[in-house]
Amino acid sequence: MTAHQPPRHYPDRWERYSPRQRLVHWLWLGGIALAAAWSVSALDIEWAFFADAHEQAADLIGRMWPPRWSYLPRIVQPLIETLHIATLGTMIAIVFALPVAFLAARNTTWNQGSWLVGRAILVMSRSINTVIWGLVFVAIFGPGPVAGICAVAARSVGFIAKLVAEAIEEVDAGQIEAVEATGASTLQVYGVAILPQILPVLIGTSIYRWDINVRESSVLGFVGAGGIGLLLYASINQFAWSQAIVILIAILGIVVVSEALSAYVRSRIV
Amino acid sequence: MTTAATYPSRWRAPSIFGSPGRRLAFWAVVCAYLVWSLSTLNVDTARVLAGLPRAWTILVRMVPPDFGRWQLLLTGMVESVQIAIAATIIGAVLSIPIGIAAAANLAPRPLYLLARAFIVTGRTFHEVIIAIFFVKLFGFGPVAGLLTLAFSSSIFLGKMLAEDIENMKPGPVEAIRATGASFGQTFFYAVVPQVLVKTLGVLIYRLDSNLRHSTVIGIVGAGGIGQTLSASFSRYDFDFASAILLTIAAMVAFGEWFSDWARRKLR
Repeated sequence: MTAHQPPRHYPDRWERYSPRQRLVHWLWLGGIALAAAWSVSALDIEWAFFADAHEQAADLIGRMWPPRWSYLPRIVQPLIETLHIATLGTMIAIVFALPVAFLAARNTTWNQGSWLVGRAILVMSRSINTVIWGLVFVAIFGPGPVAGICAVAARSVGFIAKLVAEAIEEVDAGQIEAVEATGASTLQVYGVAILPQILPVLIGTSIYRWDINVRESSVLGFVGAGGIGLLLYASINQFAWSQAIVILIAILGIVVVSEALSAYVRSRIV
Repeated sequence: MTTAATYPSRWRAPSIFGSPGRRLAFWAVVCAYLVWSLSTLNVDTARVLAGLPRAWTILVRMVPPDFGRWQLLLTGMVESVQIAIAATIIGAVLSIPIGIAAAANLAPRPLYLLARAFIVTGRTFHEVIIAIFFVKLFGFGPVAGLLTLAFSSSIFLGKMLAEDIENMKPGPVEAIRATGASFGQTFFYAVVPQVLVKTLGVLIYRLDSNLRHSTVIGIVGAGGIGQTLSASFSRYDFDFASAILLTIAAMVAFGEWFSDWARRKLR
């Protein structure tokens, strides 16, 4: 310790940020506030609707209660159909997702062109919502569960393939080289060296997607693509609110059960 | 003298099911399910087959996409984007009390259980179902969509925030508390710095997914491009519909890229 050092100056008050940092933070907050103001003001909101919203809500709840439980037997079949749409759609998606994933992974695709094709399929499939896919397939196959299954499959392919492609890009290259060294064909390399490594991801992702699909297929009926949504939409349009609440409680039930099931199975695998 | 162990002359990859019996059982269950589900769906094969040439006709009519009514398209898209931005910001503000209430280490037990029940119920219902209710309460138009997405965003963000708060280090909280700080001071000086970066990441992700959802709630009349899209489908206006679909895909792809970029910047 040297003796003749001037005493260091400490501020009386502790400050977390320098003035410059604080300015940047306030600028960010200001920018966000401006974005919010622009968005809300441009939507030309009719504020008068807010005035009686609580009365409307009370009225709605009044009409919903008590639920008409006698309606329950009528919705069992559509509920099963909803589960079938989710399950069959997910199954079809798995079959198509695997080749797409190999196409979209940098280390298994043939060249830049095939990689782009794979990526394009991922983007198209994922960016269009299941319900919009439902619109498309209802236009093609007419209303019914077939359109719903196709819609679920079309959206899920991209979701599953994207996560599987990421898993393929991260596989252990040593195993691939080892299998290649035995003189295996490309297909054998894929099946023996890569597939076992990505299988947990494929199964886990598929089960997770199935869980999401149960929720999504509950509204596919709104565009005519089968399932419980058809009855829900009809009940709401007929102002049969005591029926609608029964359907909503049933949907709540199957979604919660499927979520618990999916979480349990995934915890067993991973 | 030991007998030489016999090895099979052909190697087979080990089964993922553990045993051949389990593999057989698995495929039997899958086949049984397929038979059961396909028989209850009463799929009209003739109609599906008739649909295939129709699919081709629709596809042909979709190409080339018709961008002629770009003004209508632009209005719908801008509305969707505005709904997404406003809903994310409002949802973020609302998610703060929800997140605090749903964190077991900050909230008292009854409040915690109430908040968790609220989150579970809210997450169950698809955005389109929630949108129906807001359309009933606030009439047709973007307000219903805005409130729908703000509601579901606040629940999603609140859940993620609660999990972050539960996983944070208790040391800083105890240290700040030991100085005699109030709950608000503890929150701002011990909790916020620990969860801020992750929360911002989740927020950007949610903006991205709100962009996707804002394209679909229009189907039940809650504003945005979905309204235009479903109208064009019901009018068999397929070349305009394909133009809308391509625009949505482009916007969502851009949103995803932006979200990835911004989250990488945060780290």
